[in-house]
Amino acid sequence: MNAPKISLRGVTKAFGAKQVLRGIDLDVAAGESAVVIGGSGSGKSVLLKCILGLMRPESGSIEVDGEPTTGLRDGERTRVMRKFGMLFQGGALFDSLRVWQNVAFGPIQSDGMAPAKARDLAMAKLANVGLGPEIGELFPSELSGGMQKRVALARAIAREPEIVFFDEPTTGLDPIMADVINELIVKCVSDLGATAVSITHDMASARKIGHRIVMLYDGRLIWQGPVKDIDHCGNAHVEQFINGRAEGPIRMQVRRL
Amino acid sequence: MTIPVVTQLGRMTLALLATIGAVTSFAAQAIRQGLQPPYYRRQILRQMLEIGYYSLPVVGLTAIFTGMVLALQSHTGFARFSAESAIPNVVVVSLTRELGPVLAGLMVAGRVGAAMAAEIGTMRVTEQIDALTTLSTDPFKYLVAPRLIAGILTLPVLVLVADIIGVLGGYLVGVYKLDFNDATYLRNTVDFLQFQDVLSGLVKAAVFGFLITLMGCYHGYTSKGGAQGVGAATTSAVVSASILILTSNYFITEAFFAR
Repeated sequence: MNAPKISLRGVTKAFGAKQVLRGIDLDVAAGESAVVIGGSGSGKSVLLKCILGLMRPESGSIEVDGEPTTGLRDGERTRVMRKFGMLFQGGALFDSLRVWQNVAFGPIQSDGMAPAKARDLAMAKLANVGLGPEIGELFPSELSGGMQKRVALARAIAREPEIVFFDEPTTGLDPIMADVINELIVKCVSDLGATAVSITHDMASARKIGHRIVMLYDGRLIWQGPVKDIDHCGNAHVEQFINGRAEGPIRMQVRRL
Repeated sequence: MTIPVVTQLGRMTLALLATIGAVTSFAAQAIRQGLQPPYYRRQILRQMLEIGYYSLPVVGLTAIFTGMVLALQSHTGFARFSAESAIPNVVVVSLTRELGPVLAGLMVAGRVGAAMAAEIGTMRVTEQIDALTTLSTDPFKYLVAPRLIAGILTLPVLVLVADIIGVLGGYLVGVYKLDFNDATYLRNTVDFLQFQDVLSGLVKAAVFGFLITLMGCYHGYTSKGGAQGVGAATTSAVVSASILILTSNYFITEAFFAR
């Protein structure tokens, strides 16, 4: 097996007295799609933000392409960020900019692409996610939730990143739109040949977009394996989660992180 | 009995020091990032328009009525000593040194500081700031630095306009209500005015511009917890900017004139 694209060793993170990540070891191979599942407050979002460099872990190492990224300075951080694309849970579209400007933001502001060229690129990316050029002229607030997610997806893949992160891509969408987004994610990731890391608590989505599933509980990685194995994994926590039962070993987090 | 009071005092002191430290390091990072390319000129221009041009009506109104009331009030006082001829000078010196920058600063803090905190705060809670970072754009360069630069550059211009409009207000009351000769009023205005009076006011304006935008950005950037957090950030931005304007005003005045 080749060297992993992303490699985490002993990553911990705490907010005050609250230990959120208690030592995470995780490898994601190039071209693989890993899905992190877990209940609300299990530390999924924090894990993602640590890998992205939006948060700094207390201890442990995070390597991308074999390069440690936890201690990077501003300029180097920007260079590593170039490899990443991220789809935020709420879309996080810039509401002061038009849809096409959102999609073209990375190419224009960070890569110095000429606006006219970036506009064509943005329209092409919008077409990839099934949106016509007329949508490009609208503002994000004029779009429905599902359309915003599509635009956010187009923005995440606009710079053809090597690694794409998806933060609860289907949360807040109706089942049909959720499936549309899932299919778009699968298509975009395979078109790019990118490595994908998703976090979700939607099992239908996890089964569809993931090659491998990783379950996080109480700041620890309690199970990982191929999607096909998850239904007979023999882990009580995982079985409670994927079957959505209120009764079981998992205690729900009360306070948010 | 005394222990809880002392504990409380200690906690408050520590919290205050922590805030001062956080604001200082925020400002230092903003200045460091603002001095390095890329510069977002379009953002700077947009903010200058927002801070300067769109604040003109409210600052102009404040200035003209302040000038008018200054003339009226100083007339009431000076008439008792038959010193009415000093009115134009009192009006112009008060305006350029103090009231122009301070009142314009307070109005802009309410208008622009609040809007900045709300906008950046909303961007924070909707993850738009994180999104900027993932698009390889430093939020300090793209959001904070252009606002600080625009504040420092624009407020002096705004205050200069306010000074002129304020003098006009004093002139209108002086000539049409207090029966000054219009040429005498203008001559008295200009003759005793020193360059330093105007300069100190403009320096104050630049400092206030920095403080207002810094507070707006800092409180917006560090806001958390949804709509309530953004509301609290907006309030803090306006209150802290106003207090900083009034305190720094004293120290700048002392630096210029206390000798």
